[in-house]
Amino acid sequence: MLDDTDRRLLRQFQADPNLSTAELAEKAGITQATCWRRLERLQARGVLRGQQALIDWRALGYEVEVSLRVTLDKTQPRAFDDFLAAAREVPEVLEIQTFLGQVDVRLSVIARDMAHYQQVYRSQILTLPHISDLDALMHVARIKEDQVLPV
Amino acid sequence: MIELDELDRKVLRALQEDATLSAGALGRRIGLSQPATWRRIKRLQEEGAIKGRRLMLDREKLGFGVTVFLGVKLATKGRVSLEDFERAVSAIPEVQTVEHILGLYDYRLRVVARDIPDFERVLRRRVMTLPGVGNVEANVLLSEERRPGPI
Repeated sequence: MLDDTDRRLLRQFQADPNLSTAELAEKAGITQATCWRRLERLQARGVLRGQQALIDWRALGYEVEVSLRVTLDKTQPRAFDDFLAAAREVPEVLEIQTFLGQVDVRLSVIARDMAHYQQVYRSQILTLPHISDLDALMHVARIKEDQVLPV
Repeated sequence: MIELDELDRKVLRALQEDATLSAGALGRRIGLSQPATWRRIKRLQEEGAIKGRRLMLDREKLGFGVTVFLGVKLATKGRVSLEDFERAVSAIPEVQTVEHILGLYDYRLRVVARDIPDFERVLRRRVMTLPGVGNVEANVLLSEERRPGPI
């Protein structure tokens, strides 16, 4: 399991993933060699799986973000598989999540503007298989989005 | 708005998968020299197409077995300011994201917990006690995938 040093390291690293190993070591209060070894070990154990660059879709001209909550027709045995496979083919879909609860699947969809959204919604979302109900929630703002784990 | 060419798109797609790729390695993959690739990455960062990076951590290996999305409806709009609610909810460490939305409810929260009893503790002691909270809908996350998006 993780010890306190690992946790300190991950806390600092999550707070600023752009830190170099030297800067990270200093913030976590350990030597650079220890820091490097610890990071290697976290990677080897699969705790730290890598780093992703985050795209600013707004800067690329995508002004609209909509959360689509989908209920599937569960009388169809392949409802989930078919739906998910088809949703993966829609470029404007950024996230696909499945749930236990009132909602079966949530899709996070982006579009350039409302006209573009309308077009994506009609031609690519409503045509997805086995939908029995669909709700759309419009994003207004992200208040907190760092997705840091409280390690 | 930032205009991207085909090489920019390749750079962004590669960095979305692995932000630690060196300019040399990335350049070889897309057929550009190391300095030319480095300049592109730099430009995409400076123009704001890349807004940062995120560590990919294995939640389960870190002991967070449960992720729940909460849809929160505020009960007493007008009496409690949105700012007060947003400040209080953002301060909860287990709350990873806070999104203000339009539709069935007002806010969507992403909450991590060690297990279901731990989630119940967070829900009762921290979320239900927030100023102005009305109805809360919970959906337990079963699976999640991020897609590259329209680039």
